[in-house]
Amino acid sequence: MGQTFAEKILGRLAGKTVVPGEIVQVSPDFAMSHDNTAAIVKTWQEIGVSRVENPDRHVVVLDHCVPAANEKFAQNHKEIRQFVKEQGIRNFYDIERGICHQVLCEEGFALPGKLIVGSDSHTTTYGAFGAFSTGIGRSEMAAILATGQIWLRVPETMKIVVRGVPPKGVSAKDIMLHIIGSVGADGALYKSVWFTGPTIEALTIDSRMVLTNMAVEMGAKNGYMEPDSKTLAFLDGRAKTGFEPVYSDADAEFDQVLEFDVSNLAPQIACPHTVDNVCPVDQVAGKTIHQIFFGSCTNARLEDFAVVASVLEGKRIHPDIRMIVIPASKQVLQQALKAGFISTLVDAGAVLVNTGCGPCMGNHEGVLAPQEVTLSTSNRNFKGRFGCKEAEIYLCSPLTAAVSALTGKITDSRSSIK
Amino acid sequence: MQLITGRVWKYGDDVNTDVIFPGKYTYTVTDPQEMAKIAFEDLDPNFAKQVQPGDVIVAGKNFGCGSSREQAAFCFKYARVGAVVARSFSRLYFRNCINAGLPALTLPQSPDLFQPGEQITIDLQMGRIFCAAGEYSFPPLPNAVLGIFQQGGLIPYTRKSLGLDGANQR
Repeated sequence: MGQTFAEKILGRLAGKTVVPGEIVQVSPDFAMSHDNTAAIVKTWQEIGVSRVENPDRHVVVLDHCVPAANEKFAQNHKEIRQFVKEQGIRNFYDIERGICHQVLCEEGFALPGKLIVGSDSHTTTYGAFGAFSTGIGRSEMAAILATGQIWLRVPETMKIVVRGVPPKGVSAKDIMLHIIGSVGADGALYKSVWFTGPTIEALTIDSRMVLTNMAVEMGAKNGYMEPDSKTLAFLDGRAKTGFEPVYSDADAEFDQVLEFDVSNLAPQIACPHTVDNVCPVDQVAGKTIHQIFFGSCTNARLEDFAVVASVLEGKRIHPDIRMIVIPASKQVLQQALKAGFISTLVDAGAVLVNTGCGPCMGNHEGVLAPQEVTLSTSNRNFKGRFGCKEAEIYLCSPLTAAVSALTGKITDSRSSIK
Repeated sequence: MQLITGRVWKYGDDVNTDVIFPGKYTYTVTDPQEMAKIAFEDLDPNFAKQVQPGDVIVAGKNFGCGSSREQAAFCFKYARVGAVVARSFSRLYFRNCINAGLPALTLPQSPDLFQPGEQITIDLQMGRIFCAAGEYSFPPLPNAVLGIFQQGGLIPYTRKSLGLDGANQR
């Protein structure tokens, strides 16, 4: 019997043949932490070692509250800057660089066949490049700083085959919301999810990252796609190390195989307060909104800016709403500036904020007041997520966000594009 | 391992980390006593005020879904919760409980077996839960991670495995 992608990668690092359910002790190729590095360092100090086991294994990105919103966040950042200097961690990216997941991809850490762990649940993003990547806790990252090791359970694999050419205006976000709505918030619990099929192959790199980013929203341990010529073209000149793509064997055993045909898919939206509470946008169209958040590690890349700018070009957002715009990275910002997208958005009345996570953690830059409703291109709509438990968050594609920005109400993009 | 005895706090399916420990506190609230006071702030404001040592959280499927934030496990530990019993756990939450040394017990039966506020007893060694509705078994932790739990969590376990036990302890 053949082996799955997960069995091959975890088996390579464990130095033996592994089977689902087995627990292995492995050294990840890269380990990512962000603003939580300060707390991780305090835990690491409790272990009692004085040097990081392998500084080059670690990548540290400041993104969760950048620039610092208050003294506590500032102190946090200060401690992290001191730590990376003292320990010789070269892969450090300060507040101007971008959201950690975008940065690891742009900087060529997200590579085919690698095992990457991160103290953030959306670490699953790197699977878009054929990496096995998954979230871990802070204590676990502290232990990796000390030992270079972590235990992982070898997951079963869920194969998701997506077919069909989506209708105009239906994006990767709509496809992923539809999948999550069908599978449920725990539908892929503990599993490795392989996204495959002609529709996935046709997606751009930016779009593929939407699916793997949100794989955790259905409980998955990791989500991945097989690298192809687009992947290799993206990595050309970018890859931090050599790499070897890993593919599941043709006769590998899958726990579950699901098929989706997106030929007739309507734009999708996740309603409060769970990501799997998904319906077609037209079912909630007309709902008044107060804020739009166009940002996050899910949907704030260049192709998203192109879509939003094309809708807002020469227009003005509705006077009763504010639109917060946060590019996924400095590179995205620079490209969007060059293409004129930023001035289009600002002219339309949007508020441009420094690259980072923004309000998605409820820290700053667009938190909500009670009874306010936000439409967001991000990945989570849990109660309190934007800093206020009495606010409502709807999740949608950049296109749905843009057309709704003009009307001030949740709007089905099909009613405005011909 | 000791017996856990306490009252049941019952919740539903898909309880997420944002309602257990809101994201806005993840970088600003670090004191264990303060963390205990935040537990379940956005789901049940009475919980932190009334929880007593040994009390047990009982919930449905996919408990702790969402973020990787381990404060969502540690805040219960600091509130001296005896155990979390759920039909299933998100993988990150389950890991964080092991790493915190907080018992996270998967019970396939419906949480409807339990009445809110009823006193139950859990025998970790035997893998048994005793409640008014009867006596139920839960699967033991895998051997490969049992050691971490038995040492009181990942950090004490790592200290021991590196031979640093007793040295430089804070």
